[in-house]
Amino acid sequence: MRPTDTSNPDYFHKVVDCQWGCPAHTDVPAYIRMIAQGQFSDAYMENRNSNVFPGILGRVCDRPCEPACRRRRIEDKPVAICRLKRVAADHRDDISERLPKAPETSNGKKVALIGAGCASLTVANDLAPLGYEVTIFEALQTTGGLMRTNIPQFRLPPKVLDEEIGYILDMNVDLKLNHSVDSLKELLDEDFDAVFVGSGAPRGRNLEIPGRYDSDRIHIGIDWLESVAFEHVKNIGKQVLIIGVGNTAMDCCRTSLRLGADNVKVMARKPRAFFKASAWELEDAEEENVEILVNHSPKEFVIEDGKLVGLKFELMEYNVDENGSIDRGIVTGEEIIPCDDVVLAIGQDNAFPWIERDIGIEFDEWDCPVVDEITMMCGRDGVFFGGDSAFGPKNIIWAVEHGHQAAISMHRYCQGENIEDRLPHGLNLVSQKMGMHEWSFSNDYDGASRRLMPHVDLLERFKKIDIEVELGFTAEQAVQEVERCLNCDIQTVFTADLCIECDACLDICPVNCLTITHNGEESELRTRLQAPAENHEQDLYVSAALPQTGRVMVKDEDLCVHCSLCAERCPTGAWDMQKSTILVPYAGDEASNHQPQSAAGSGT
Amino acid sequence: MSFIAKPEVSHPGMPKNKLGLTSRDYEGTVSTLCAGCGHDSITAAIIQAVFELNIEPHMLAKMSGIGCSSKTPAYFLNQSHGFNSVHGRMPSVTTGANAANPDLTYIGISGDGDSLSIGVGQFVHAIRRNVNMCYVIENNGVYGLTKGQFSATADIGSKPKKGEPNNQEPIDPVSTALSLGATYIARSFSGDKEQLVPLLKGALMHRGFALLDIISPCVTFNDHEGSTKSYAHTRQFYHHVVDIDFIPPAEEIKAEYAEGETMSIELHGGSTIVLRKVDKDYDLTSRALAFKYLRERFNAGEITTGLLYLDESRAEMHELMGNIETPLSQLPLDQLHPGKEELKKLQSRYR
Repeated sequence: MRPTDTSNPDYFHKVVDCQWGCPAHTDVPAYIRMIAQGQFSDAYMENRNSNVFPGILGRVCDRPCEPACRRRRIEDKPVAICRLKRVAADHRDDISERLPKAPETSNGKKVALIGAGCASLTVANDLAPLGYEVTIFEALQTTGGLMRTNIPQFRLPPKVLDEEIGYILDMNVDLKLNHSVDSLKELLDEDFDAVFVGSGAPRGRNLEIPGRYDSDRIHIGIDWLESVAFEHVKNIGKQVLIIGVGNTAMDCCRTSLRLGADNVKVMARKPRAFFKASAWELEDAEEENVEILVNHSPKEFVIEDGKLVGLKFELMEYNVDENGSIDRGIVTGEEIIPCDDVVLAIGQDNAFPWIERDIGIEFDEWDCPVVDEITMMCGRDGVFFGGDSAFGPKNIIWAVEHGHQAAISMHRYCQGENIEDRLPHGLNLVSQKMGMHEWSFSNDYDGASRRLMPHVDLLERFKKIDIEVELGFTAEQAVQEVERCLNCDIQTVFTADLCIECDACLDICPVNCLTITHNGEESELRTRLQAPAENHEQDLYVSAALPQTGRVMVKDEDLCVHCSLCAERCPTGAWDMQKSTILVPYAGDEASNHQPQSAAGSGT
Repeated sequence: MSFIAKPEVSHPGMPKNKLGLTSRDYEGTVSTLCAGCGHDSITAAIIQAVFELNIEPHMLAKMSGIGCSSKTPAYFLNQSHGFNSVHGRMPSVTTGANAANPDLTYIGISGDGDSLSIGVGQFVHAIRRNVNMCYVIENNGVYGLTKGQFSATADIGSKPKKGEPNNQEPIDPVSTALSLGATYIARSFSGDKEQLVPLLKGALMHRGFALLDIISPCVTFNDHEGSTKSYAHTRQFYHHVVDIDFIPPAEEIKAEYAEGETMSIELHGGSTIVLRKVDKDYDLTSRALAFKYLRERFNAGEITTGLLYLDESRAEMHELMGNIETPLSQLPLDQLHPGKEELKKLQSRYR
């Protein structure tokens, strides 16, 4: 193998699994250390810099960082990254002085954002401070989009939404509520320099089986959740069936319990391994005694005297092959399950009836616009997409990242610059050595297990629909949880010229991730390491030839716990622990036309 | 030394031995030696060897004297027996322990100062008695604990960090052991575990006195240019003569060897040592030839390593003395303590 090119920012970025896994590349270890030091406001701002909505995401993020967390490969349970974000939000001081502000004079450019959800709000957040005149068009009477209409208040209190959306709107953003855009063509004829479409994926999938239109007690999940959010719907029958096992289904079943249902069943067509819902959302629903039935495929609604009385299911059996893929299954019987209401939560689609098909925007076979994955621009110059409206339903954190990227493109577009000529990611490395055996971070591995989120008592939480179930970590829990972070951003950096091949680092490494051996091809080299390097998603860090024997130092990045013992036991300083800061450019950096600076305090 | 302990966490794919233990289970506390000390690598090699031999930790005793080397038993096998004796007196304490309980595996850790200066008298007599033990000399040519004065193994012309080069003849532990009749003699290098671990395994399983002279650079006082015990010097003049593979009892020899280049020797207890001869002319069963060869290579400036002498036929201490096979701790009291009458009878023989 050739020596690893650590000057490419992606190499060390990948070692920080959580940050690499986060679409918005939030510097997770940096903010966790800030929390550890009680710098909650700093931690909040570090978050806000990349993910814009720390308070919201600290409650409802899909948290791709957690499955990626290295801790999970070592002892199963990842660091509670998401809930630590909430700790930063809950305990921050007044940060209004630190928020970006709109300049007093406009730069003369006007942008229109369609939809007041997370994608559009991110664009506004990035462009308003640069002097853009930002107008947001929102069809509903309030902001937040899906975050407000589809996520129940007992998971995400409106106060949190109002506060964080307010930070953005306060930058002279012109918000037009109850203003649906019915024709993109007409909007384009107006005086805007660029247009961003962040209108989401607003159409819930229907279930076209017999009896579907014979009752008014069959609801489309996302529409029904919206009606509940706006208090158009205030109750539901005693027995409720939820069809589908995605995260929307989890919100539907838990909402039903708060509207008077006492028997809620979630009906799944496939076995549990194939559920779409996140494990923690399933857990939270089951804690509330929601029953989840597998292998039930809906066949027809049972209507008696014009009244919905049940739903007939086909009972399924499947074969799962050794690769984990499931076949179409066979029907082994039928069962009618009685119910008063049925909520359909089987997915959602994009819908663009308001975009004319003759204005230069190309649509694909699924009737989705064709959007460039880097620039977020569609076939028509000056029109950008983001969030669920770009590539179909994803999640909030992806929408935020789309917003950041679209903002960069919109800025370059408005300034007459090539939108593909974007600033690259940068990398800063700073040694963390403070003394012979002292590091500027807590390097001692803490074997504590993941802290459990305290919940409101089961009976208490159903009394009102807006009682937030999760109480947030206590101070003691936060203190313990932050110590579980392995500080993966404090990189082990190796200088081959200094190595005397004494083996001290190999001998001390608790997870046997280091080897000095003769070089070879990667696949073959992986078999010759001190411990099996079977996770091919994790790189090998290969040094240049060592001075004394010409062998190479190989580090399997997979399980390194960043305890710094290799660097402590190194007599020559060939190993050093250096904090990597991945410099992620935003529209503001493009505007000032230089590489982003590392956030204040993130080096500690 | 490091301020934090080696974390308990380990690689989930770590191999387990026949006892269900991982090599982590054979560790001790974190070393307090200087970072980069060769002794720490030897510690790691011992852990690996004992792990691979499936030795139950409580069936091993680690013995030592005084010195940097003699501190290291704290850093491995923290569930084994141990005795940290007076300077240079490890051989006699081990002899006594072995006399009382021959069932344990004995590993003595010593240094060039502990064995070849203050303890040289003890060292030679343990060999003479052929005590059944693995005797490790962690050889760095200096007294590290007292700030790096030359020891008895310093080569003529070797330069200290400050002051004059050494001009006294070094004591070569290998030649010394050869002349005294040790039955398993090897030399190796802390920076070469591939060679060292099998040699340790052979030494631990050999019945009789097994000497391992291991070049173990002192990073603080003897790893500079001009030193003949530095990492760089050792690597430059290092010469493998006979490497071995250790095959446990009842296990097949799986590796493929070229015809005529290997020789197998069965040890007492059923394990096998496969000798991979790097230098085909070397005969490790002949003391006379071994002497000659070692001297020639030494004069040529080479550091001869590998298994240099092996004799499985010589009787070890208990056989020589006709001792009972049962450990004293397992003898019933009436045998262990024959009583006043028997004592009187015995004493009367000397009146």
